[in-house]
Amino acid sequence: MSFTPNPRQLALIKIALFAICLLPLAPLLHAAWSGNFGPNPVEYVQRWTGTWTINLLVITLCVTPLRVISGLPWLTRLRRMLGLFCFFYALLHFLAFIGFDHEFAVDAIARDIFKRPFVTAGFAAFVLLLPLAASSNQWAIRRLGGRRWQELHRSIYPLAIIACVHYFWLVKATALLWPLAYAIAVTLLLGWRVRERQRKAIPVPQSGIAKSGAAKPLKFFSQRPK
Amino acid sequence: MLIRHRPDILPSEITTETLYTQRRQFLARFAAGLGTLALPGLSTSAAATSEKPFASLQSSPLSTRDEKITAQSNVTSYGNFYEFGPDKDSPAKNAHRLRTAPWSVTIDGEVKTPRTYALEDILKWAPLEERIYRMRCVEGWSAVIPWVGIPFSEILKRVEPTGNAKFVEFWSLADPEQMPFVRLPFLDWPYMEAVRLDEARHPLSLLAVGMYGEAMPKQNGAPIRIVFPWKYGFKGAKSIVRIRFVEKQPATVWTKAGPDEYGFYSNVNPDVPHKRWSQSQERRLGEFFKRKTLPFNGYAEQVAGMYAGMDLRKYF
Repeated sequence: MSFTPNPRQLALIKIALFAICLLPLAPLLHAAWSGNFGPNPVEYVQRWTGTWTINLLVITLCVTPLRVISGLPWLTRLRRMLGLFCFFYALLHFLAFIGFDHEFAVDAIARDIFKRPFVTAGFAAFVLLLPLAASSNQWAIRRLGGRRWQELHRSIYPLAIIACVHYFWLVKATALLWPLAYAIAVTLLLGWRVRERQRKAIPVPQSGIAKSGAAKPLKFFSQRPK
Repeated sequence: MLIRHRPDILPSEITTETLYTQRRQFLARFAAGLGTLALPGLSTSAAATSEKPFASLQSSPLSTRDEKITAQSNVTSYGNFYEFGPDKDSPAKNAHRLRTAPWSVTIDGEVKTPRTYALEDILKWAPLEERIYRMRCVEGWSAVIPWVGIPFSEILKRVEPTGNAKFVEFWSLADPEQMPFVRLPFLDWPYMEAVRLDEARHPLSLLAVGMYGEAMPKQNGAPIRIVFPWKYGFKGAKSIVRIRFVEKQPATVWTKAGPDEYGFYSNVNPDVPHKRWSQSQERRLGEFFKRKTLPFNGYAEQVAGMYAGMDLRKYF
């Protein structure tokens, strides 16, 4: 089964995916409509948007492994939307932080970013996400050139690690299970990429007794992916 | 071959579903009924006609009247009761394990006759009142809660503290069978907080047995807890089993846990920050934006006199 959608089908798939990605907004809109966000509305909004940011981050990171394993290259064409939705929820998360926690007071926001390590990590991840969102269009790809664009977008990997650290640092010791689950998911997804890279790397001919495949030069950020 | 056994229970003996589902109401009414014994006129009508046995109580002139009462669901679903777990939703999840009847309270130490009282006897000592108070948690959230209870000063009239009594300790239950988290050592169990005798005698100090017109929910400290509305919430011990009068200022559970973070007095004070956060603002349960915290939680007019001449930064 190697289904490849025609342009019409792909458009339909994208519309459906767009609608699905909007679904996490439903509970927030419902709470706003009924005026009942529970006892701690700020925490509720922050946790919900944060959870969906990292969910979409992990889903975005799943696209390439899924494409390779399933042999469905067209899946890559859904990646941009997933990445942009990750940014969308991250933006809501950030707005909830600056708006509800600090009522947009710049000095208080800055102090918080320096004072609380988990805020520092979250802010760093958000800053790293900005250029990726900004360059998520054809024009930027053309402007940067495919290879440089790709290298820029590899910052999603450290970003995912920082996002996990952010999550670990903000939960209580009694609730480590969720950040642990996300960290394992991210480790698997990044580990898969490292392994792919090792697998595809061209063995360097070596003199002497070294067997082929034993030495694998791995230059993570400048090697041409294939 | 089909062997027919006589059923263990006759169908006629099986409790109907409607009755079964009403058992909690019944228990609540029963528990509430304990309280209304003190009010003969109310006891039958209030307890029998609604789930809100205390609904018809008159609100006291000491009630806070100019503020919106926090939604009951927020107050019962969010809070700290570490005996039932460390998270804000732990009490609502785990407090069902608490057995609130029968309940007795030992009143001992520097009193004329130390002894143990059944809860229903204590509640006969004075009529119940509704008191709407602001509640400010040391963590920075707050609520406006209609409590039901009797002024603690009424207790003092009955138990007659001796001349040596200077402080009052309130001890919570610490039964690992009912309160699984007292097995963990993150506080020095049992939970005990104390106040000066004159603070305990203050008209605002309330021994509460209910809220929102109902018997006290387990997660909020059933069946009996103490409320000092001008102090941070943790000073109000829940599920009290012992009240002890002592001469010397005791080391309370939170001063032992963090002497530089939690003072003995712990009066709400926007000008004295907690070591790790500011106390100048608070967020009402259910609201998005913070509001200013008031000195003595807005009760300065009534209580500030008790601290005249004291350096509130030193005695925080």
